[in-house]
Amino acid sequence: MKTLTSAHDKISSGGRLTADEILALYEENDLLYLAESARRVKESKTGKKVFYTVNRHVNLTNVCRANCPLCAFSCQSGSNRAFTLELADVEQVVRCQVSGVSEIHIVSALHPTKDFAYYVNAVKLVKRILPHVGINAFTPVEIVNFSQISGKSFADVLRELIDAGVTSLAGGGAEILSDRVREIICPKKCSASQWLEVMRTAHKLGLRTNASMMFGHVETIRERVEHLIKLRDLQDETGGFMAMMLFPFHPENTRLGEQFKLQRVGSWEDLKMLALARLALDNFDHFKAFWVMLTLPVAQLALSFGADDLDGTIGEEKIIHAAGAKSSAGISVDKLRKIISETGYVPTERDSFYREV
Amino acid sequence: MFVTGDLERIERKVLRGERLTREDGETLFACNELSWLGALADFVRKRLCGDEVLYNVNCHVNLTNICVSRCKFCAFGRNADDRKAYAMTLDEAIKLVAEASRDPNLVGLHIVSGLHPTWTFENYLAFVETLHAKFPALYVKGFTGVEIQHFADISGLSVEEILRRLKAAGLQAIAGGGAEILTDRVRNLLCPNKCSASQWLNVARTAHKLGLPTNASMLYGHIETLAERVEHLIKLRELQDETGGFRTFICFPFLPKNTALEGDIKQTSMFDDLKTIAISRLMLDNFPNIKAYWVMLTVPVAQVALSFGANDIDGTIHRENILHDAGATSPRALAQDDIIKLIRDAGRIPRLVTEAIK
Repeated sequence: MKTLTSAHDKISSGGRLTADEILALYEENDLLYLAESARRVKESKTGKKVFYTVNRHVNLTNVCRANCPLCAFSCQSGSNRAFTLELADVEQVVRCQVSGVSEIHIVSALHPTKDFAYYVNAVKLVKRILPHVGINAFTPVEIVNFSQISGKSFADVLRELIDAGVTSLAGGGAEILSDRVREIICPKKCSASQWLEVMRTAHKLGLRTNASMMFGHVETIRERVEHLIKLRDLQDETGGFMAMMLFPFHPENTRLGEQFKLQRVGSWEDLKMLALARLALDNFDHFKAFWVMLTLPVAQLALSFGADDLDGTIGEEKIIHAAGAKSSAGISVDKLRKIISETGYVPTERDSFYREV
Repeated sequence: MFVTGDLERIERKVLRGERLTREDGETLFACNELSWLGALADFVRKRLCGDEVLYNVNCHVNLTNICVSRCKFCAFGRNADDRKAYAMTLDEAIKLVAEASRDPNLVGLHIVSGLHPTWTFENYLAFVETLHAKFPALYVKGFTGVEIQHFADISGLSVEEILRRLKAAGLQAIAGGGAEILTDRVRNLLCPNKCSASQWLNVARTAHKLGLPTNASMLYGHIETLAERVEHLIKLRELQDETGGFRTFICFPFLPKNTALEGDIKQTSMFDDLKTIAISRLMLDNFPNIKAYWVMLTVPVAQVALSFGANDIDGTIHRENILHDAGATSPRALAQDDIIKLIRDAGRIPRLVTEAIK
């Protein structure tokens, strides 16, 4: 009770929440108190603006040697779902993009035979065709993989990617930053400390990144909170994170879902975690409501729960739809703007770095 | 909380338990402070309803989809020669309910149907008599104000006599549908062949006088203005002051798919849906229950609506037809366990009820 009182006091006065206070707020389960408080934090940072971007997702391959139980996207080579884009394919995909795209987002599987040069060349190609477009690419999981397959340090891998044209790193692959959880949901992926180390290195090299959390599987609530604190601590150290995203776990078509008989958490939990994370991560400027994961109606509502960014038009999204997401696979700028305006906020187009365009 | 000006004034009124005016209602619809609105409605909900969330294990019985009314917002009603037209026989209705009765928790029936061009009042009455006789333990709620008025029109009997006979046959409550928006401007455009606003209210008033409780509803998100939504809520509130016979209020967002209005009107946003539920809770200070009808809202929105003033989530339904013809994407039925879980996840206490004890 004392913890809860101090949490409430800090929310009204602007103090930083401890792990125990965040947990107490979770247990209190006062959804609208969290919403209203989180929305105030959002408005103190970005006012009435809600951001969106015109972007395209490019998934280079779904053939993956990690084969994580949590994933419905990856497959083995030889599967009839397997695809791998060769450079000519990438060129075709990128060339047919509409004008006005300000970001290309590249996230892929850990291909068992493609070498680091393949990925570097893909970036160079995008950069050559769209020289002024931001390239938000690769999660730390992929960076660790590049380091392993090339024998290079994280810093060298990142330098090479920066030279090739990467302008920021994607925030995925964090899942829950606890090795207990990772052992169950993604045993072959990089460890929690490796994920954080890649981000630290990237930030030191001046490469900004996003961050994420995937929740609603085998993690405890305390592990969610510890995850948030780890991100907050690193942000204190480097200031390199731009936006935070929360991914509710989609269990359909995954081995993890089947093994643990998992159901997708409800919209209550989606919105509660968003608001709580917005309150916990006081040093993050932006929170994305990723409509692909949340569905458009819930993403719209998320704007009243602390989110200030609807991400983008996307075009092609394969990973989450493989796990049974029910949202449509792309959206027009008009529709995004309308969704934002309906909530009383001001639709604001941004580039890769949250600069208005 | 965090608001100023008119909103702060309204907040103070709500906290003191004062009634909101028409102007207050319009101010609320014009504001976008969604979480504030929700928190205020949630405060009222706690005071009036406590932490229990009502649900029931029920079966919808739609006797026919053949309808002379053919309202513009409806995707269910059909002409008699339509390939998908149907009209149940008594045996078919019994079979449907018998199948639903295999669930030992089934507590009630919800009977709502089209206005069949050749059926007489006695035809409809026979369904109530038969189902009540065969399944005496089930609570029978049925017929909207629109159907009751139609029965009066085709039989030449008064609304009161129709209701007396239905009650004698076993009907225990009247359904809340057909209210749409209770202004004749909207009704003339949307559903000109249906009963008028005053007729709908008269059926409810008469039913209450006879001791038949009713529900009430609002279909919004089509051609109505926000002022007309407020007007609608105030008409319901005034009648409730007079009779006290309304049990539950239900908001229906209009689903345009497969209706005459598809293409002209976009579906409401989740934002509007939650706002409308919250304002309904705030305006209808004399209604015991506000229902978040998951079929229309979808399950995720209905769950969130529990913190925007709702204290009822309807039921398992067994098999929903009317709104699925209008492209509803929610499932046609929910398992009791799923309902219990979504209520518990919202930090509330599930309570299985029949309409009788609401």
